[in-house]
Amino acid sequence: MKLTFHIWRQKDAKSPGQMVRYESDNFNEDMSMLEALDVLNEELMNRGELPVAFEHDCREGICGSCGFMINGVAHGPVPATTVCQLTLRHFQDGEELYLEPWRARAFPILKDLVVDRNAFDRVIQAGGYISVSTGSAPDGNAIPIRKENADRAMDYASCIACGACVAACPNASAALFTGAKISHLRQLPQGEPERHERALRMVAQVNAEMFGNCTNIGECAAVCPKEIPLEVIAQMNRDFLAASWAARKQPYQDPAEEKRWQQYDSAHR
Amino acid sequence: MKLESKIPSGPIEQKWDKARFEYKLVNPANKRKFNVIVVGTGLAGGSAAATLGELGYNVKCFCFQDSPRRAHSIAAQGGINAAKNYQNDGDSIYRLFYDTVKGGDFRAREANVYRLASISVNIIDQCVAQGVPFAREYGGLLSNRSFGGAQVSRTFYARGQTGQQLLLGAYQALERQIDAGRVKMFPRTEMLDLIVIDGKARGIVTRDLVTGAIQTHLADAVILGTGGYGNVYYLSTNAKGSNCTAIWRAHKRGAAFGNPCFTQIHPTCIPVSGDYQSKLTLMSESLRNDGRVWVPKVKGDTRPPRQIPEDERDYYLERKYPSFGNLVPRDVASRNSKAVCDEGRGVGPSGLAVYLDFTDAIKRMGEQTIRERYGNLFDMYQRITDENPYEVPMRIYPAIHYTMGGLWVDYNLMSTIPGLFVIGEANFSDHGANRLGASALMQGLSDGYFVIPYSLGNYLASEKLGKVEETAPEVKEALAGITGITNKLLSVRGRRTVDSFHRELGKIMWDECGMSRNAAGLTQAIDRLRALKDEYWQNVNVPGSAGELNQALEKAGRVADFFELGELMCIDALQREESCGGHFREEYQTPEGEAQRDDEKFSHVAAWEYAGAGRSPVLHKEPLNFEYVKPSQRSYK
Ligand SMILES: Cc1cc2nc3c(=O)[nH]c(=O)nc-3n(C[C@H](O)[C@H](O)[C@H](O)COP(=O)(O)OP(=O)(O)OC[C@H]3O[C@@H](n4cnc5c(N)ncnc54)[C@H](O)[C@@H]3O)c2cc1C
Ligand code: FES
Repeated sequence: MKLTFHIWRQKDAKSPGQMVRYESDNFNEDMSMLEALDVLNEELMNRGELPVAFEHDCREGICGSCGFMINGVAHGPVPATTVCQLTLRHFQDGEELYLEPWRARAFPILKDLVVDRNAFDRVIQAGGYISVSTGSAPDGNAIPIRKENADRAMDYASCIACGACVAACPNASAALFTGAKISHLRQLPQGEPERHERALRMVAQVNAEMFGNCTNIGECAAVCPKEIPLEVIAQMNRDFLAASWAARKQPYQDPAEEKRWQQYDSAHR
Repeated sequence: MKLESKIPSGPIEQKWDKARFEYKLVNPANKRKFNVIVVGTGLAGGSAAATLGELGYNVKCFCFQDSPRRAHSIAAQGGINAAKNYQNDGDSIYRLFYDTVKGGDFRAREANVYRLASISVNIIDQCVAQGVPFAREYGGLLSNRSFGGAQVSRTFYARGQTGQQLLLGAYQALERQIDAGRVKMFPRTEMLDLIVIDGKARGIVTRDLVTGAIQTHLADAVILGTGGYGNVYYLSTNAKGSNCTAIWRAHKRGAAFGNPCFTQIHPTCIPVSGDYQSKLTLMSESLRNDGRVWVPKVKGDTRPPRQIPEDERDYYLERKYPSFGNLVPRDVASRNSKAVCDEGRGVGPSGLAVYLDFTDAIKRMGEQTIRERYGNLFDMYQRITDENPYEVPMRIYPAIHYTMGGLWVDYNLMSTIPGLFVIGEANFSDHGANRLGASALMQGLSDGYFVIPYSLGNYLASEKLGKVEETAPEVKEALAGITGITNKLLSVRGRRTVDSFHRELGKIMWDECGMSRNAAGLTQAIDRLRALKDEYWQNVNVPGSAGELNQALEKAGRVADFFELGELMCIDALQREESCGGHFREEYQTPEGEAQRDDEKFSHVAAWEYAGAGRSPVLHKEPLNFEYVKPSQRSYK
């Protein structure tokens, strides 16, 4: 099988990059897209050229390392499929493919198809967890959880943080990623106590990382290899709004003490 | 070198309590004065770093991926064992202990295994509290499935993504500590050497995988949770980056390597389809709960599976092992697949595959139930093979999956280098010569959440650790050594790529030190490995430079270590003149073709000491005593 690749080559974060054309007919349709890049890289190295840098590890669609744009679509044309699981049988012999890295302000390019996605880790640091230290847990069956809730939590928790949602979004928003974690944890009784604080802090961090705002376009869910549904964004917004209102409320005040303050104020005015 | 297992005295049920009582404690106010390095963010490293942070230690944590959340543990599918007995089917801590010792073919330390079984129940509680969305029943309680090598249902799971969910739990706990400032995370940073000063582990040398900067980090103790070395075979179910560099270089600094030849071959993987193949995909063992394994009764039957009538099929596992059937342990299932394929009864284009058939299960429970249980695995299968397993049986074949061997550790998980602890798949403990399904996740989290936080404290409280300086000669020597290796790899500029060497190495290992082994093959493999390694250092082509993101260079260093480890694996396999668990020496089998142990001569852990380049490694033996589970010929009939 023959394919022509146009691949973004960029030496490092500081250098400018460009598309470079490569051609080979050593592919076959059972290969994955990453195996095709392996074949191409072997050829490049045997010719004394530098191989294309791309990220990968598990090669079975679960670690979230891999990902790039294929002809303008994050992870390529097959729904619910990462590039490591995308086989060439979905392409025509002789097809031309344009491979580019994720492009987003929050994801600086490090080299070729490799970008820096650590902004995602910092969003999780800002409350994407349940604060329970080792050793302090009650029995696993102490709190029954409706099967539907557990299943739905699992749907949301299956995000692999590949970054396709950000890359596909015209605003480079991280709403789907952040919404998925917030929705996973709010679905469970264990996540309830920190629900508001979590939404406030995570959203603030998303903004600090310079991700764009969500304008309900839905490209993110369309390309998500794990089919995280758009509803997670609504759930995030709901928690965020509720938390923002709650945060505006004055803390409880003792009326007697308030009176004393008023007297104090008028005496010192 | 002296191997002291440090197993506490007393009845097995009380050993861990006794150890914890006797451990010295670090005063809470002093914990932050101790610097601890954790290499690895898988279930073992991630849970250890998070817990040590919670306790107040000053932790530095490293991984080579861009984020700690991507450690190879993320790929585990089937589940995690725990002796909760929620199903009321007769499970207990003792039964999990018994099953694990027996499953490991009597080559594990009883005391460690008992501790693991007793901690298993705490792990589930901890993970539920973290928000891990385990599968549940309609009543809201946790659900279980059964797994190979057990007759009770004790495996907890989160669809086919249990490893992902457990790892995200540990990752989130870790991120919480990073946020709290107690853990400093170094992603995209690879450990390349261990710094040993006055005989104690005091730091590591790392390479920043983006800038190429080589640096040192000093500490009071070093914990390695760097995973297994299955990738020595090139093709395995492990993630592409999984490697042995951290443990191998620690081995060269004095840490004994335990049972290197004990590797696990997983019976249910998608068969190899071509030379370009970069890795093998596992189909979770849980599939054997409902799928039936068979091949045609006669050789060379090439009819499509649906056209082969029931009475012309050989359900060989059910036939040979009526009481465990399709749920025999992995080593037994794998060897039997190989045997039927060697007889010429294998299926598929290569003849190296057997069927895993769900027709009966679908008839019995309906497609919907099967979809709920295994939907994502079926999808994965279809994506790779372009065949629909709801309609045609899956084709599966064994593949390298897990390494029971690893750095030798005592009961406190400390290696033969004081201050160097090893946890998770990277150590040799707990699984003997064969690991039962769903027990690796259990061990990783047991080591990280519940063992190391105590045993590390004891070490720090008992030792007088002086301050070490960056200017110490040992630090400088280690730094210069790593810079030297890096430059050497880059300067060869030969004609063969790293991958081409790695494939050849893997093929030698798979053929001679894989599913079955014999003295002639192993002896010859050792010579071939040495020759290939020599060629490597003359003819490898590592493009690019040291001061940049250079994936070929990363791989080159790892493959260099795989050559040396591969050789040690063959030496170990040659020395162990018996068959046990996953180690099958053709010369030692029962009349029925099962593994024939030799307890007289080999009831021990083989711990190898590095003796220097070009010198034969030195073998030390830790005898294994079985007071509770009396060694017997394993029978799953
Ligand atoms: C496909 C598959 C499915 C599996 N399913 C199951 C299952 O269902 N149940 C079960 O119990 N077990 C299962 N296992 C086994 C189990 O997943 C592993 O044994 C376990 O996850 C290993 O965890 P770990 O923490 O020891 O290492 P890993 O998860 O491999 O983590 C290693 C860590 O070390 C880091 N590292 C390695 N070397 C270096 C270095 N030199 N410098 C810096 N960092 C380094 C890596 O970055 C990573 O963070 C499965 C394994 C595979 C391959
Ligand atoms: S390489 Fe892990 S998801 Fe693609």
